Amino acid sequence: MYQQPNETGHFGQFGGRFVPETLMPAVLELEEAYNEVKNDPDFLETFHYYLKDYVGRETPLYYAERLTKKLGGAKIYLKREDLNHTGAHKINNALGQALLTKHMGKKKVVAETGAGQHGVATATACALLGLECIVFMGAEDIKRQKLNVFRMELLGAKVEAVHHGSATLKDAVNEALRYWVSHVEDTHYIIGSVVGPHPFPQIVRDFQSMIGRETKQQFNEKTGRLPDALIACIGGGSNAMGMFYPFVDDASVKMYGVEAGGHGISTGKHAATLTGGRVGVLHGTMTYLLQDDDGQITEADSISAGLDYPGIGPEHAHLKDINRVEYVSATDQDALFGLKLLSETEGIIPALESAHAIGYLPELAQAMTEDQSIVVCLSGRGDKDVETVKAVLGGQSDE
Amino acid sequence: MSKQRLDARFKEILARGDKLFVPYIMAGDGGLDALNERIQFLETCGASAIELGLPFSDPVADGETIQEAGIRALKSGATVQGVFDTLKVSKERNMPIILMTYMNPVYRYGIEAFAKACVDAGVSGLIIPDLPMEEEQMITDILTQHDIALIRLVALTSPTTRQEELKKRTEGFLYAVTVTGTTGERQTFTDRVHQYLAHLKNGANTPVLAGFGVSSEEQVKMLSGHCDGVVVGSRIVKAFHEGDRAIIKAMIEASKQST
Repeated sequence: MYQQPNETGHFGQFGGRFVPETLMPAVLELEEAYNEVKNDPDFLETFHYYLKDYVGRETPLYYAERLTKKLGGAKIYLKREDLNHTGAHKINNALGQALLTKHMGKKKVVAETGAGQHGVATATACALLGLECIVFMGAEDIKRQKLNVFRMELLGAKVEAVHHGSATLKDAVNEALRYWVSHVEDTHYIIGSVVGPHPFPQIVRDFQSMIGRETKQQFNEKTGRLPDALIACIGGGSNAMGMFYPFVDDASVKMYGVEAGGHGISTGKHAATLTGGRVGVLHGTMTYLLQDDDGQITEADSISAGLDYPGIGPEHAHLKDINRVEYVSATDQDALFGLKLLSETEGIIPALESAHAIGYLPELAQAMTEDQSIVVCLSGRGDKDVETVKAVLGGQSDE
Repeated sequence: MSKQRLDARFKEILARGDKLFVPYIMAGDGGLDALNERIQFLETCGASAIELGLPFSDPVADGETIQEAGIRALKSGATVQGVFDTLKVSKERNMPIILMTYMNPVYRYGIEAFAKACVDAGVSGLIIPDLPMEEEQMITDILTQHDIALIRLVALTSPTTRQEELKKRTEGFLYAVTVTGTTGERQTFTDRVHQYLAHLKNGANTPVLAGFGVSSEEQVKMLSGHCDGVVVGSRIVKAFHEGDRAIIKAMIEASKQST
């Protein structure tokens, strides 16, 4: 049976706790607090109460019939994480960690955000539970995702622009970590993906793993068996990890993680860490990273702010090395194609992040047969991306 | 010889009744050509050893001054190899060099190769702020084989048991972080600092140096009074960048008078 991470927070050679000494006690305290709550019936009952009555879980597993016909090949099902409150899977983890913050007796929360989805989800959970919230966001991403910045502010969060480096997600994580180092005594860091020092990759995975558990049950109710393949987009990799984890021991289920290929892997302008990266240490964890020969982290490039990250969750690095998950990539163009395809065939506008999984779908579905099935983790909805997409594709409303 | 050079020099300075003063400079800030001259200048001023920053793109333990110095260094073309090559030129210097960098550049270079390069360049020790004791076994044996000191950082947030363990493990000196935060100048320190330093001094096998936030002559004197000396980073980096070397001299002088 698959059991990761080990007691020191490593997934094979990956993971670990590469943080300054000032943070180590907080990281150890978090581990202890998480071990207290993870099997505590009261905590889990509260978590599930909010997931059901507030977030709107469980999310549907929808058979995309027109998309299936259009592509020709395996049957396609969509796990509708886009229907969650706040529009993406991010709320699952934000809520779980906000409850954990309260359990630890802390009253303040810091978070980073790329596309703004995790920032909005964290601001939401903090408003719900009466926690103070500060969100770091790259200045470039603020430009790309203005509406999400305003949403966070409406929810009572303070949004801090980060101008360093590429002014995107990586730099927002740096700044959130620095803020945490300086305020560690009363502040919890709600990290947004399965990245960072142990126990974050484990906590975020566990708080997202209802995605896979629900999928397993719903698919079984519909068909009486397991799906043949799962597919999810990957930046840090939290929606993918939540979907994959409950299926890791089901050897018949193939799993595909789709990274952001940006302008194409060969151009060097991409965010496909597992395809084009090398092992190293960043943001508290050992994993694959986009970096130069000198160990300097290089800038990721993707049309989607949420995938624009030069690292990846350490558990994905491990699942790649043990050949359990196949990691592929979809370019900006593939994602735009996927976004249009799903909008036109099913009336669902996906987030640009999720559109990467859709973009890779034709290749996968057509290589499979009609009696096989694929479940796509539709991690978020596209409302936030409409402006970005319009800037690329144009539209009738241009005067 | 590497580690011993550092230990011997500290011992000699402390035996004279002086306090230790370790300035931090960023390798490649002002160009790598400036590096050996800056080391020479600090030696002339009476520095005890030099903490030399190897620039890294994502320095999460550092505040703005050192972040910006790192960006300037990388823009000027500084590389890990370039820094080693520059240091090699004057490897017979008296001044011990301690490299401060993050884990990723070390890992990319190769841990064994990095340790060998340290020996070839006359480097005595390493400070890696994102390598807590939970992860250090990936590097400790190799550093021991090559006689490179791994200087441990202890923090105000470290519980007593961790403080004791770090005290036991550290080599060269114990780096007592005096703020709960990143590097960078501070006006004041928490009242707990004195007690914290006194506790660390008690039973320590190595000198204890206070660092992070130390930025004035008064602070140098005040903190040195409670331990074996100080590390000064951002203030020195700023002084070199602005061409105001008088303040560096003044701070090192202040350290000599603080016994």
